[in-house]
Amino acid sequence: MGNHSDGSPNHSGTVATAGQNEVEKFQDPGLPPHRLRLADTDPRAAKRAERQVAFLFGLSVVGTATFILAYFLIDLGEGSGATIATIRLQNALLGLGTAFAMLGIGTGIVHWAKALMPDHEVSEERHAVRYEEDRQAAVRIVDDIVEETGIKRRPLIRNTLLGAVALAPLPAIAIFGDLGPRPDKALAHTMWAPEDGKLKRLTRDPDGTPIKASDVTIGSAFHVIPEGLNELHEGKLNEKAKAVVLLMRLDPESLNPSPGREDWGYNGIVAYSKICTHVGCPVALYEQQTHHLLCPCHQSTFDLTKECKVIFGPASRPLPQLPIAVDDEGYLVATSDFNEPVGPSYWERDEHERSIKS
Amino acid sequence: MSAASRAEAPAYVAKTKVGRITDFVDERVGGSGILREFGRKVFPDHWSFMFGEVALYSFVILLLSGTFLTFFFDPSMAETHYDGSFTGLQNVEMSVAYSSSLDISFDVRGGLFMRQVHHWAALLFVASIAVHMLRVFFTGAFRKPRELNWVVGGVLLILAMAAGFTGYSLPDDLLSGNGLRIIDGVIKSIPVIGTYISFFLFGGEFPGTVIIGRLYMLHILLVPALILLMIVLHLFMVVVHKHTQYPGPGRNDGNVVGYPLGPVYAAKAGGFFFIVFGVIALMAAFFTINPIWNYGPYDPSPVSAGTQPDWYIGFVDGALRLMPGVIGDFHFEYVIFGYVLTLNVLLPALVPAGILFTVMFMYPWIERWITKDNREHHVLDRPRNAPTRTAIGMAGFTWYCVMWAAAGSDLIATHFNVSLNDVTYWLRALFFIGPVLAFIVTKRVALALQRKDREIALHGRETGRIVRLPHGEFIEVHAPLDDYKRYKLVGFESPAPLPAVPNEHGIVTRKEKRRAALSKLFFEDRVAPATPGELEAAHGHHGEHEAVETAEEQRSLTH
Repeated sequence: MGNHSDGSPNHSGTVATAGQNEVEKFQDPGLPPHRLRLADTDPRAAKRAERQVAFLFGLSVVGTATFILAYFLIDLGEGSGATIATIRLQNALLGLGTAFAMLGIGTGIVHWAKALMPDHEVSEERHAVRYEEDRQAAVRIVDDIVEETGIKRRPLIRNTLLGAVALAPLPAIAIFGDLGPRPDKALAHTMWAPEDGKLKRLTRDPDGTPIKASDVTIGSAFHVIPEGLNELHEGKLNEKAKAVVLLMRLDPESLNPSPGREDWGYNGIVAYSKICTHVGCPVALYEQQTHHLLCPCHQSTFDLTKECKVIFGPASRPLPQLPIAVDDEGYLVATSDFNEPVGPSYWERDEHERSIKS
Repeated sequence: MSAASRAEAPAYVAKTKVGRITDFVDERVGGSGILREFGRKVFPDHWSFMFGEVALYSFVILLLSGTFLTFFFDPSMAETHYDGSFTGLQNVEMSVAYSSSLDISFDVRGGLFMRQVHHWAALLFVASIAVHMLRVFFTGAFRKPRELNWVVGGVLLILAMAAGFTGYSLPDDLLSGNGLRIIDGVIKSIPVIGTYISFFLFGGEFPGTVIIGRLYMLHILLVPALILLMIVLHLFMVVVHKHTQYPGPGRNDGNVVGYPLGPVYAAKAGGFFFIVFGVIALMAAFFTINPIWNYGPYDPSPVSAGTQPDWYIGFVDGALRLMPGVIGDFHFEYVIFGYVLTLNVLLPALVPAGILFTVMFMYPWIERWITKDNREHHVLDRPRNAPTRTAIGMAGFTWYCVMWAAAGSDLIATHFNVSLNDVTYWLRALFFIGPVLAFIVTKRVALALQRKDREIALHGRETGRIVRLPHGEFIEVHAPLDDYKRYKLVGFESPAPLPAVPNEHGIVTRKEKRRAALSKLFFEDRVAPATPGELEAAHGHHGEHEAVETAEEQRSLTH
């Protein structure tokens, strides 16, 4: 029977089209005849299955014992010389013990059920989810209840109740008002702002040693934190989350500063915020050859030679630049705070940016 | 025992000890009615019904292992210097939360094992819910009367993801901190209230000192309580509706065919709990998950490349990656009336997930509206017998998978040595084309499988035996099916499109026209089940082949 695609409408190779309803249907032949298992007919097979189940349960006991032995015999206490390898060994043995203990019981029971318990499929009638008689009785009850409250006849009670219930949750919302402070301009400022006229030095992350301009060779990159960050007692991570900076030195020729930003770098050394303008991951990868900065979280790519303009990925704004200069001792300092809020955008960001610039 | 003889029977005396204890309890709380109702309740059996069980059992394991972990975990963000037994981080400044997580891993015997069990069980929990929902969708189990249970299941999926995410953040290691940072960035992109939500959640600026404690409370109290509530609702409705069953001989919408709860089904389902536990224990024993000691404490400055979120958050992260921030000179972030609208974050974070979940929740009603099918369904559809639904499901699944794959775009690039940008461009294209392709291909495959079923029902199964007829023609002998096997292939409905009908005012509304158009999309291409008449005709048409088969049978009998 090779060729079935002769195209006649009733042929098996044809997709029936709309309206061609079948008139007749195959009758349900009912449940297929029950087939006996080996264990149902052969007592020896049944006995064998029984022993297999018992063996699996026995295996579970071995697993439990393994767990307990591994727990008590492997010492992690101080002075025991426990290493990562010891912990790994104990973890493996505890896991193996649990696995055997559980799988022994589980497979044993399932095997028992499949091989030895009656496997006759039975058919049960489904009941309706609800009965019309019940529904009518329920409707009557609800009607009676509504009638007895008199809520329909007394709209004053109904309306004042609705009003009261609608307003009652408000305190439950208001009470969460102290979950946090109102957002303020804090988002727009970082530790780089000069304190009492003293410019902040650029220091290495994480040890906080200052960086000399002469240490920064062409092609090198430094992870930078502001001077004094490590000495903070409170809110250190909050400040660090805004102030981290990447410092790089390029051939000054390849930088193309826009008007007003010519003096933000020093001798080809430039500093940019390390906090991605997308959703705030650290833009930690610097591709020296292409002068690209890449955010490893969502692959936003910024071009250093174009003032960190976005050239790929989901970010929409360039990384903010930190204006830097060199102090009397040759160390790099920030001449001011960032000229715009760093990190991911937020609703009030533009307002904050305008207030910084004014 | 008839009702009359039961009434006359003297006070019942139990024969066994278990019986006497049961009787004691029953006399005081009256459980025999429940046992009578459920003791022999029939449950259909099929391997695909296991996924829901896996989810339930994973949750039990999560509660057990999670309770253990709470005895040792300290959700404080106070600064401390590590002095536990892991040498790699000796004296490093970190939060108490991270330090206590390290102590659980290295200084509490079995602590690492419990952490691993907890994390693997969490991954399995979300995965099994997802697969269970796919099963329910593709077999049409969400149809009346189970629409509400489908919604409860969807809520459970969301809650499971919430439980996973709040838990993922607790150890306060570098990865989880970066996860929170991304969440903070997404929250800040919400118009008007975003900054407020961020400040309220973190108790001020990111990361602050309160977030771990707050997430901890959500993770161990609020979310699990909601999950438990939803599970109770879910199982209650399963009992009310009784389980669905796959189509087959002897099964119809009026009955339920399967094994009685006691003993077979209870034994299988109960035993399966131990199997799930055992498998999770094996994974915890041999596969490291979330080795927090490798990442170090949270610090806003470093990040390691190639890090991934837990799998169920992947599709949102992938959507974030796929969205371009700038197209040509058009920036997706712009200022309107002095305020910033960050569409390059807002759109991918909310829109795809929003569409997926909205369509998922609404689908039972959408399909009911299109098909005007208001009957109760207790017999499942084989996916091929509902080609358009299956195609819609695969389109959604493909869309999800494209976003999910995008969350690993950097790993795809490094593993296959291709350009990261190219991977992203391709995935961006697939984001739009993938679902359409999946829809078309799936629908055609489903129709083809239906045609194959029809072919087998009418002409029998290929035996692989080639016979040469007296006049030289070669044919392959087909073995006819028995009634039971054939019924499985022909016992389905193949609805035809429902044209638009006027309403009671005699007007065909626009909505009705749209419905009719969708009905046409659903059912225009269809394969009707084979009928007895067609079977008759097929046998008549192939009369001579029948003769050969009969001759063959006789020959084999005489041997």
